[in-house]
Amino acid sequence: MLAGWVVPTGERGGGVGGYFDGVMRQPGAFMAARIPSFTDFLAAYAPDLLPGFRGPGGGPLPAGGGSDVIADLPHATTIVAAACSRGVVMAGDRRSTAGNMIAKRDVEKVFRSDEFSAMGIAGVASVGLEFVRLFQVELEHYEKMEGRSLSLEGKANRLATMIRGNLGGAMQGLAVVPLFVGYDEETGTGRIFSYDVAGGPYEEHRYHSIGSGSVFAKSALKKLYRDDMPVTDAVLACVQALYDAADDDSATGGPDLTRRIFPVVATITDEGFRRLPDTEAADYAQQVVDERMRSPDGPPAPLRSAG
Amino acid sequence: MPFYVSPEQIMRDKADYARKGIARGRSCVALQYAGGILMVAPNASSALHKISELYDRIAFAAVGRYNEYENLRKAGVTYADVTGYQFDRGDVTARGIANWYAQTLGTIFTDSNKPFEVEIVVAEVGLTPDSDQIYRITFDGSVTDEPGFVAFGGQADQVAAALKERFSDGMSLTEALGAALAALAAPSSGSSGSSPGNGAQSELAAAQLEVAILDRARAHRTFRRLYGPRLEELLAESRAATAAEGPGTPPAGDEPPTGPASGGTDATPA
Repeated sequence: MLAGWVVPTGERGGGVGGYFDGVMRQPGAFMAARIPSFTDFLAAYAPDLLPGFRGPGGGPLPAGGGSDVIADLPHATTIVAAACSRGVVMAGDRRSTAGNMIAKRDVEKVFRSDEFSAMGIAGVASVGLEFVRLFQVELEHYEKMEGRSLSLEGKANRLATMIRGNLGGAMQGLAVVPLFVGYDEETGTGRIFSYDVAGGPYEEHRYHSIGSGSVFAKSALKKLYRDDMPVTDAVLACVQALYDAADDDSATGGPDLTRRIFPVVATITDEGFRRLPDTEAADYAQQVVDERMRSPDGPPAPLRSAG
Repeated sequence: MPFYVSPEQIMRDKADYARKGIARGRSCVALQYAGGILMVAPNASSALHKISELYDRIAFAAVGRYNEYENLRKAGVTYADVTGYQFDRGDVTARGIANWYAQTLGTIFTDSNKPFEVEIVVAEVGLTPDSDQIYRITFDGSVTDEPGFVAFGGQADQVAAALKERFSDGMSLTEALGAALAALAAPSSGSSGSSPGNGAQSELAAAQLEVAILDRARAHRTFRRLYGPRLEELLAESRAATAAEGPGTPPAGDEPPTGPASGGTDATPA
C-alpha cells in the first residue's frame, strides 16, 4: 500500500492519475475531510516518509545490533534559551561530535519553526534535523489549512507527540531532545518548553538549557539572568552561558575566532523570528571573548543580594 | 425503462450545468505587476476566502461553489506540502499543482454525475517577471497557461476584455489594482444594467474586496493578504490616479506593503 503512491502497482494502474495514481483511485487521500495535521496525514498516507527507524519489513530495529554505529553518529550538543522583555532568545553552539571526535564545527542547531517560534535540538543530529523539517511543515500546514496559526501551547503539544513517536528509536540510542521557544501573542511574553525522549512538554520559566553542556550553561545563566532583561542583554547572557559550557564541556564548541564561526542566535519577539546575522553574532561573541581575556571566568555575580 | 443518451449529450449537459453555475458568481482576476502577482476578488466575507496561499511562491484563487473549491484548495496544500517535504521546497511548482488539479477535475468531470462548478487559478511568482506563471484550470480539467493576466468566473469574457485594454507589463501595484477594479466593474457599466453576475459594483469598497499578492521581494513565504488600512490606502491612491488620468505621474504606492511582520497571521484581518 505504501509503495503504491510512488510506484503505481498493477492493481491500481490505468494511469488516470499518473504520478499520484493511487490518489486518483482513492480521492479520500487528498480530498477527504480530516484533522489538519500533516504528520497524521503522512502517517496514513506514506509513513515511510516520517522520521523514525524500522527494521526489515517495517518492524522495530533489531535489538542491540549496531550500537557502535549509532554511538558514532554525529550528536548535536548545547542549546540555551532565556526569556526577555517582550520575547525570548535562543542560542546554540556550532559543534557536533561523533564519540570523542568533532564531527562538524559549523553545524546549525537553532531553527525557525514558524514566524513566532523556534526550536533547538540536542542528540542525534540527523534525526533532529528530520524532526525540525517535519515540525516546520506541520505548523505551516495547519496554518494554511485552517487560516490561523496554532496557539503556542498547541505547537508545544504537537512537538511532544512527535518526540514521543521516536521513543523506540531513542531506546536504540537514536535519542533527540528539542527545546522549543516562542512568543505568545496572547500574553505578549516569550515562553520556553523542554522535553524528554518520552515527550513532554515541560514549561520552563525564565531560562533553560539542553544538551551535553547544559549543566554549565544553566548554572551560568542562573547567575547572569535578570527578569525582564532587554533582548540585547539576554543575547549576551546566552552567549556568555555558551562560552561557559564550552569552557567545561568538550562537546560544546566555543567561539572560533580564527575561522569566524560564532553561535547561532535567534530572537523571537512581537516582531517575529529573527536570526542574528553572522556579523551581529560575531560582535557579541567578540565582546565576550575580549572580556574573558581580562577575566577568564566571566562576570562575577554579587555575593549578597542587594537589599 | 432506460433511454439511450449519447456520450456527447451527457458531456454537453454536464458542461452546461457547470458553466451556468460558474457564470452565476462574480469574476475574479489575477495579474502580474512589477513586484509580483496581484489577485482581486469581490468577496463580502473576510473569513471564507477565494484567494489563498498554497506554498512559498504559489497562490490559489477560485470561483464557483465554496465547498468544492475549498476542498480542492486543501488538497492542493496537502499535495504541495507532501511534495516539498519529500524533496525540497524549491521542487514544488505551479505547473505540478496545476497538472494535479487538471487530473483531479478531469476525473471528477467524467466519472461523477455532478461536475464541480469551479474554476481555479494557480499562480506562481518567479524571481523575475519572465518566470511568473499563471494557470487556469476549468471544471472539465483543461489547463491553460495565461501569460500576464487572467479573468475567470462570472462574466469572465467581458472582464478579460476590459483587463486586456488596461494591462501592461511592469505596472506598479497601484496601477495594477486600478486596472483590476476597472475590469471587474466592466460588466455592469458595459451592458444596460441588467447583467446577472457582477451587478452594480463600480465602486467596490475595501470591505467588499479580497485582495492578495505574491510579493517577489519577500523571502520564504511570499503570499500576503492586503486588508484594512493598507488596502484603503491603496484603493484611494489608485482611484486618485484614475481620476487624474495622468500617465506621467507615477503612483507612490508601489513599494512592497509593510504590514506587521506576521507572515503567519495574515488570515486574521486587523
